[in-house]
Amino acid sequence: MSNDKPEVMLMKGNEAIAHAAIRYGCDGYFGYPITPQSEILETLEALMPWETTGMVVLQAESEVASINMVYGGASTGKAVFTSSSSPGISLMQEGISYIAAGELPALIVNVMRGGPGLGTIHPSQADYFQATKGGGHGDYHLIVLAPKSVQEMADFVALGFDLAFKYRTPAMILADGIVGQMMEKVVLPPQRPRRTNEQIMKECPWAATGDAIKRGHPNVLTTLELDSAQMEKNNERFQATYRKIEENEVRFEEYLTDDAEWLVVAFGSIARICQTAIDEGRKQGLKIGLIRPITLWPFPYEEISRLSKKTRGILVVELNAGQMIEDVRLAVEGRVPVKHFGRMGGIVPDPGEVLKAIREKLIDEQE
Amino acid sequence: MKREDIIKPENKVAGKPRLLNDKDMHYCPGCSHGVVHRLVAEVLEEMELEDDCIGVAPVGCAVFAYSYIDVDWIEAAHGRAPAVATAVKRLHPEKMVFTYQGDGDLAAIGTAETIHAANRGENITIIFINNGIYGMTGGQMAPTTLEGMKTATTPYGRNIELNGYPLNISDLMTRLDGTCYVTRQSVDTAAAVRKTKAALKKAFKNSMECKGTSVVEILSTCNSGWKMSPVAANKWMQENMTQKYALGDLKKND
Amino acid sequence: MKEEIIIAGFGGQGVLSMGKILAYAALLSGKEVTWMPSYGPEQRGGTANVTVIISDDPISSPILDSFDTAVILNQQSLDKFEEKVKPGGFLLYDPYGIKNRPTRTDINIVEVPAMEALFEIGNAKAYNMLLLGALLAARGTVEVEDVMKGLKKTLPERHHHLLDANEKAIRKGIEIVQEKLLPK
Repeated sequence: MSNDKPEVMLMKGNEAIAHAAIRYGCDGYFGYPITPQSEILETLEALMPWETTGMVVLQAESEVASINMVYGGASTGKAVFTSSSSPGISLMQEGISYIAAGELPALIVNVMRGGPGLGTIHPSQADYFQATKGGGHGDYHLIVLAPKSVQEMADFVALGFDLAFKYRTPAMILADGIVGQMMEKVVLPPQRPRRTNEQIMKECPWAATGDAIKRGHPNVLTTLELDSAQMEKNNERFQATYRKIEENEVRFEEYLTDDAEWLVVAFGSIARICQTAIDEGRKQGLKIGLIRPITLWPFPYEEISRLSKKTRGILVVELNAGQMIEDVRLAVEGRVPVKHFGRMGGIVPDPGEVLKAIREKLIDEQE
Repeated sequence: MKREDIIKPENKVAGKPRLLNDKDMHYCPGCSHGVVHRLVAEVLEEMELEDDCIGVAPVGCAVFAYSYIDVDWIEAAHGRAPAVATAVKRLHPEKMVFTYQGDGDLAAIGTAETIHAANRGENITIIFINNGIYGMTGGQMAPTTLEGMKTATTPYGRNIELNGYPLNISDLMTRLDGTCYVTRQSVDTAAAVRKTKAALKKAFKNSMECKGTSVVEILSTCNSGWKMSPVAANKWMQENMTQKYALGDLKKND
Repeated sequence: MKEEIIIAGFGGQGVLSMGKILAYAALLSGKEVTWMPSYGPEQRGGTANVTVIISDDPISSPILDSFDTAVILNQQSLDKFEEKVKPGGFLLYDPYGIKNRPTRTDINIVEVPAMEALFEIGNAKAYNMLLLGALLAARGTVEVEDVMKGLKKTLPERHHHLLDANEKAIRKGIEIVQEKLLPK
């Protein structure tokens, strides 16, 4: 591969994740096929990065094995990731909790499909609660990034890894079937070298790299602590990290909010459908704006609170029965009405439907 | 003769391996884990692997193996040690990577990870402590519990109709193309301890040379779980466990 | 410029790859582009459709409720998408297997007997390329040269001997539409 320069390509979001991971200098991928994200594993296998960068790619026997392979790789300081879709991510929750408790950097990609149960293979955003509120056991958070485009699928691989290593905590790219399956123009970053074992020992002095003598002491990665006083201290340390992330890493994007009387809140690809609906609404004289949380955790409570003070009503548009709306309501503190519009089970609304919902649920109610 | 006259290097007949630290072990008196821990530490030391190995600990009695043997360790979720070790070895092919697992961890909740790691021929060593019972949680039935054997969850003895058959997973693993060495040893006599040590050496060597998956099953006693004295437990193991789980090399690729 | 296109038919007719080649050609001519498939079991013979948006500016929604152009290859798709063509827009369709023809009068309807024409050029596999040619002729969305460049990039090297046959099919599609539209 001649990847030393940025490269413009046309590809699916799933493929972009695979390309971006190799170019990031990722050390390993462990995953199990599931629609609609199998192209991530397929693309990695086709690109054979083990022959170029030395990246390990392995099709595991299950999602349970995949996430525990990620746990193992991350324990040794390597940049490793896995990907799956909703039912598979459910299977991984125990492992994700261990990764969080082990204070390990790792990246997990969820290309959401409609549920519950085996559900459908079509797009959904119904794993918002699972991703942002801690899907596994214990008090922990994931840094959750919601891409709206193929470009962001690629960009968030590097961002996710960087944040994961900066805070020693797992990060998740919470995408959906639309952005996974859609093709768009994407600019891929130039190839970065993988870190050497010496660099890893220096940057991750906690890692179990198997160098007890060189380091001067053994490293043990464990999430078990039977002394409750110590376990509470560990939890306090985790929480301190989460507070730091909340302070520094909130990301969002706004569209036409300056003069907006009505506000739409949406994440991921649905935000783009809302954007088109807003353009159409503006043509009809409706002053509508959009805020798109990019980090779903940490959530942009403050910005939504600020915007709520100058708008008359808020519509939260999601591919679910109403999940992010709970965070929006926490931010708004009852100042203005907060309504929900969502489709479920793999149905995606078009811009016309969204505009109709803005009119009926928000504007008509108040005028 | 004074004490100091006796404590001299030339008089030393036995010692503790350096890698086995001085922490008090949490194992019950008479438990086989202590002996196996010592063997693992001895072999790592003799093979000079201290700076070249990563151990993966299980959930079960040996969950704290990492507290006693001073090398790098990763504590895995219940049953997932072979998956963890798979990634570690693939990302660090130059290191000796081993798991240390009990029968519940390896042959019940972790069966899929065990079979698939071995079937892929991951270049790791699996140390498998088989005492036919769940020790840590208070003596419940394990997949390897013998027929008729009383446990907390089979108070009238393991009933095949209710609980199925004892699982001979090492025999199963001999049939997988990915395994290069499968052996079943014990630590109930001095001779058996010596044999187990040789088996561990061979397995670790295989892993360093990337020959495939090595499985060292060690028939062990759980005298507190079995509710016997250590001596009686050893005798019971010799008379009963070895009937279902025959000692010796089950597969050797060389 | 901005053109919003839906291509719809049976799985296996090359709907998705036709959209992909169109998208690639647009990318090569410096446009922004999205390609959004209906994915899933459609790949195995059900109905398949793909939305391709080509624009000078960044594209918001990849999912649309109305289209400038529809390329329709079966009855179900015609029934579903005829009403979604914007007034003044284009509907290209292959009459093969169509019982109920399109009836709207506020859009441009172009009949492209693509299946029939395939026999003429003796290449049964180039169905989607012929329709792509028809689309290019009707709408001028992208240049044939960019399509050929796009094809070259997306086709694996072992299939490059098929490039000529594909170009022939594209040219045939262009010819059919030009003949139909010229009298106007």
